[in-house]
Amino acid sequence: MTFRPFRTTLNALAAAMLLACAMPAAAEPTLTEVQAHMKQGQLPAALEKVDQILAVRPKDAQARFTKGVILTEMNRLNDAAVVYQKLSEDYPELPEPYNNLAVIYASQRQYEKAKAALELAIRTHPAYATAHENLGDVYAKLASQAYDKALQLDSANTQAQTKLAMIRDLMGGNTRNARTAPSATKPVQIAAATPAPAPAPAKAVPPPVTKAPEPPAKPAEAPTKAAPVAKAEPTKPAATPAPVAVAKAEPAAAKKPAANDKAEADIKKMVNGWASAWSRKDVKAYLSHYARDFKTPGGVPRKAWESERESRLTKPGPISVSADNLVIRLSDDEATVRFRQSYDSANLKSAATKTLVLVHRDGRWQIQQERVGG
Amino acid sequence: MLKVFRHAAQIALVVGACCAGLSAAQPMKGPISDSGPEASLAKVFDDIEHRKLDSALERTESLLRVYPNFRLAHLIRGDLLLARSRPIAGFGNAPSAPPEKVSELREEAIARLKAYRNRPPNNYVPRYLLQMRPDQKYAIVVDTQKSRLYLYANEGGRPRFVADYYITHGKEGAQKAREGDKRTPLGVYHVVSEVPKKRLTDFYGSAAFPINYPNEYDRLQGRAGHGIWLHGVPSDTLSRPPKASDGCVVLANADLQAVASRLQLGLTPVIISNDVEWLSLDDWQQERTALQKQIETWRRDWESGDTERYLQHYAEKFASDDATRTQWSARKRAIAKDKTWVQVRLKNISMFRSPGKEDMVVVTFDQDYRSNNLKQQASKRQYWLKENGNWKIVYVGQA
Repeated sequence: MTFRPFRTTLNALAAAMLLACAMPAAAEPTLTEVQAHMKQGQLPAALEKVDQILAVRPKDAQARFTKGVILTEMNRLNDAAVVYQKLSEDYPELPEPYNNLAVIYASQRQYEKAKAALELAIRTHPAYATAHENLGDVYAKLASQAYDKALQLDSANTQAQTKLAMIRDLMGGNTRNARTAPSATKPVQIAAATPAPAPAPAKAVPPPVTKAPEPPAKPAEAPTKAAPVAKAEPTKPAATPAPVAVAKAEPAAAKKPAANDKAEADIKKMVNGWASAWSRKDVKAYLSHYARDFKTPGGVPRKAWESERESRLTKPGPISVSADNLVIRLSDDEATVRFRQSYDSANLKSAATKTLVLVHRDGRWQIQQERVGG
Repeated sequence: MLKVFRHAAQIALVVGACCAGLSAAQPMKGPISDSGPEASLAKVFDDIEHRKLDSALERTESLLRVYPNFRLAHLIRGDLLLARSRPIAGFGNAPSAPPEKVSELREEAIARLKAYRNRPPNNYVPRYLLQMRPDQKYAIVVDTQKSRLYLYANEGGRPRFVADYYITHGKEGAQKAREGDKRTPLGVYHVVSEVPKKRLTDFYGSAAFPINYPNEYDRLQGRAGHGIWLHGVPSDTLSRPPKASDGCVVLANADLQAVASRLQLGLTPVIISNDVEWLSLDDWQQERTALQKQIETWRRDWESGDTERYLQHYAEKFASDDATRTQWSARKRAIAKDKTWVQVRLKNISMFRSPGKEDMVVVTFDQDYRSNNLKQQASKRQYWLKENGNWKIVYVGQA
């Protein structure tokens, strides 16, 4: 039986720190263990572990969500639906339980219920791309049913049933970060944290996000805090700090085309280098792209962030990250680059708009901020 | 989403184009029927034209709550839902839909919207209802082109609009002439009976009322066929396409029930036109009076004992059930010889103009005939035809 709670000292350290305040029991399994079981397809073991966690912390949103995922994979759809349903009652601001509930309903051809659930997901998170895509599929399905009624066809038996994208993780590529996203967390991250197995414009990618391997002791509080934050993000992407004023940038560009060309080329090279280090799982090279004053998501300590990144990058299985459609805004020694980030790993595939705020320092462009969305 | 909206607007174009400009033809606002889904349907299409697709979908869904088997609404709902998922290209985007089924529903949409936007104007009445007899409580006028049935109440001989309903008529249209031609007859008819419910399959819906096609005049014209009914629809649908029956006039079951409750078997007229003519009450009154006078003249000429004057009222091509014009004239002249006096009283006169190019009126009455040597009471039906500008009787028979 393999479970790897912590892969590195750093990670362990960070975890230990959090565990100290998160408390309860040393014997209590962690969600990391649960996920390790899941990854290995040991669903009953995963279920057992997650139930142990829930025995101690019955309100834990992450654990409950994970249980929903496990039950879904075990094809215990009605049980899973109950889990998601209760979760969405307790945390109506979380979009993921609605989404996954919709996935179950759709698989049972209950498209009206799927639609209602997805609309709730989108009401809380208007830019929630997975839910939008799922809703698109559900609409198409409902349309097809309407056509059947209109034309007295019976396509239900001839068409494959819709497979909607299920969200496998709550609040982030891992199951942890929502909790520790305190009020300081920037809007971006939470929504950003949701890894969509499908293109996610305003939303996110697991990696650059957050921290904390273990949920702290106050589960009920966390999502409530997280939610308003999360809501803010999709609605006002432009409001997020984008230091570079467009108006300023353009005249400059006009004056110094040659210099700008070079800067843009450097930035492109830098972004590609960053993506490739990530894909190579070269932690050191990856981290070297970040400025020393990089604003970590949620303002977590740099060390904790680095260890979280390291654990993400070194997860088993290949990772492929690429950046396309770069849009660069230059202003002297600062720049903003926006692009489409495609992320592909063993258990997650996503595409999202990513924005990096760069600073030119020591002769190279470095990442000062990283956020999901435009 | 913009993309979706642009495409969705084409739905409106496809259907809307067919209805554009129709309202100009009859600008007066008419009474509104509360009895059908057209008002909501029209709002749905308005919403689509104004790109308010969410509102259109909501309306369509509430329409479906009232009419769960309204296939047209299901199709529109399908389009509106699909438009949320991808751009759509017009009316009826079901991928595997048989095109003829979609086009039938499009025809239904057009028919319903046209009828709604061109409701009969106030103070206009169908030209055909010249006079209802006092005990005829209602009259039915059908417009096959508009796929519409209009129900009128008899208010002191003057028709008052009650309601109108979407109908289906013959697959091959109107002007029935032969057995099996899948056409709906045009003319003046009445309901003769009700088919016993136990003899009806689900296909005919909640009830069925045969009409008297072919009538006397149809027979004279050599028209044949039988079994033209007013009936309902199968339980799994609100309505059928505009042209789908074998000649019957088909109503939604609820509409048929509303109509049925007002039918008088053997009495309620059913006048079927392929393009109902509407007259202002003034014009209607004029036509009615002129014809009343004509009938009164005929009656008086009969009483006068002047057989030749009486015979002037009969058309060149007159025929009765058992006599040509010559035989009829000879018979009348012979009878007149023994008469010292004749008294003719007419009661319960109804006058229904027959639809079509011909100026023809079906006159029915109870005739009370007395003379020095004969007393006779009979119900008669005459067909009056305008011959060289004058009304002449072209047929007479028992009513």
